[in-house]
Amino acid sequence: MTGLSELYQSVILDHNRAPRNYRAMEHPTGSAEGYNPLCGDQVRVFVRVEDAVVRDVSFQGNGCAISRASASLMTAAVKGKPVAEAERLFAGFHALLTGGPATDAELGKLAVLGGVREFPTRVKCATIAWHALRRAMSNENETNKE
Amino acid sequence: MTTAVAPLDVARLREEFPLLGTTAHGRPLVYLDSAATSQKPRSVIRRITRFYERENANIHRGVYALSADATAEYDRVRARVARFLGATPEEIVFTRGTTESINLVAQSWGRGFLRAGDEIVVTAMEHHSNLVPWQLVAEQTGAVLRIAPVTDAGELDLDGFAALLTARTRLVAAVHLSNALGTINPIRRITELAHAAGAVMLVDGAQSAPHLAVDVAALGCDFFACSGHKLFGPTGIGVLYGRRELLERMPPWQGGGDMIASVEYQRSTWAPVPQKFEAGTPHIAGVVGLGAALDFVESIGLDAVAAHEHELLGYATERVAEVPGLRVVGTAPMKAAVLSFVMEGAHPHDVGTILDREGVAVRAGHHCCQPLLRRLGLPATARASFAAYNTRDEVDALVAGLLQVRKVFGG
Repeated sequence: MTGLSELYQSVILDHNRAPRNYRAMEHPTGSAEGYNPLCGDQVRVFVRVEDAVVRDVSFQGNGCAISRASASLMTAAVKGKPVAEAERLFAGFHALLTGGPATDAELGKLAVLGGVREFPTRVKCATIAWHALRRAMSNENETNKE
Repeated sequence: MTTAVAPLDVARLREEFPLLGTTAHGRPLVYLDSAATSQKPRSVIRRITRFYERENANIHRGVYALSADATAEYDRVRARVARFLGATPEEIVFTRGTTESINLVAQSWGRGFLRAGDEIVVTAMEHHSNLVPWQLVAEQTGAVLRIAPVTDAGELDLDGFAALLTARTRLVAAVHLSNALGTINPIRRITELAHAAGAVMLVDGAQSAPHLAVDVAALGCDFFACSGHKLFGPTGIGVLYGRRELLERMPPWQGGGDMIASVEYQRSTWAPVPQKFEAGTPHIAGVVGLGAALDFVESIGLDAVAAHEHELLGYATERVAEVPGLRVVGTAPMKAAVLSFVMEGAHPHDVGTILDREGVAVRAGHHCCQPLLRRLGLPATARASFAAYNTRDEVDALVAGLLQVRKVFGG
């Protein structure tokens, strides 16, 4: 069970079962799809960015517990934040998962995904929604083959 | 299994596979991914080592003994493969694997003989390797690709298939044993229908060659493709069987050394089959290893293997029914070696990760059959696949792991 209980923490299982902001958006300023051709995981992220602030963010898709929980936690973390802050969170989150140099980003609840670090084959599951978010924020409506 | 065959001595068999004695995450490895690739017996590993240590030389080149011996061994294995599949040596082309074998037919036969408006029929359960090559050649020639339907149980809808066959059908390509579902297709019947429509028949035998005794003459097919690495042999070596008159009419696929009779600056003539399709230095050590793999397979006997796997699949199907919320995907009555499933509330990747930590190796994903899974309404499945060396204890370990998944995800 090495690392398993850390990977599948109750917060993650909760966000998997009842993902937050799991809906399509009527009039997004941007949306983008993340797709992993290796496993078929697919997520679409919608954002409404006004005055460089993420006013609303949501997602839909198919994926494992890690990718769903990560997408859900991501939407909760970036909603209402400036785009620049969302980018900082991504950098900090990415560093957490890949063992890169720590950043000063306040990860808050996102830190529960730190256990993914022990499962290199699952890092992409945890980052797929984030890559889609970055595209959606920059209003590039294209599939992100991550 | 009605034929009486001596049961396999699985404990002894396992000792031939060094990798099966290793551990994963501190637990004995339970390898249930032989549909992806089989583990290798010591005899194959040793044979390849011996070739490189004592016999290595290029073939069809040197006048010296070492090269002549390597050539003789290469040709001997070709005859060995021919015997294994019920063909003649001239009908056996060595390739990199099933995928390359199918691409060879698509590009050589397909580009040579398909015209705009001609039709290619494949089934809805094909691996990407028996679908994408036909998409490519359809685009190149203007031929049209038709997809024969499958039922919710994962069986070919034979009437639906027959209804697609017309005077325009030029080729039918079908998988013998589905890697995603385990379904065994009635290839002999499919071939009869294809031939009655005047079409050429190609069989993807990547999964059937390791699990069922194959006789291409009895199947009646025109092409049969399989891989060495799923048959206890090395990766990077595969086989294309092609009916001789077809191979002779087909243009070369790749050009280079070894496939020519005579070369001038502006034009060349081709070597006879099968050399016409083997440009460049082939995977000689792979061929030699494949020969040892076939010796190994025949020493245990495919009938005994099939009987053992049939029993194991039955046991596994029974045991996984104890896991709450688990549904087996692919419930065709004719089925072998593969147990694909989904679990309520637990994604196949999470199932795979938790099983991995229990030492159990399964595959999770679309199994290179994206259109099939879409047809079945699933993004992915988890898949346990069995080989001659798997045991009931390993099925029990799988079920224990699945109960662990249940514990993590509730339900």
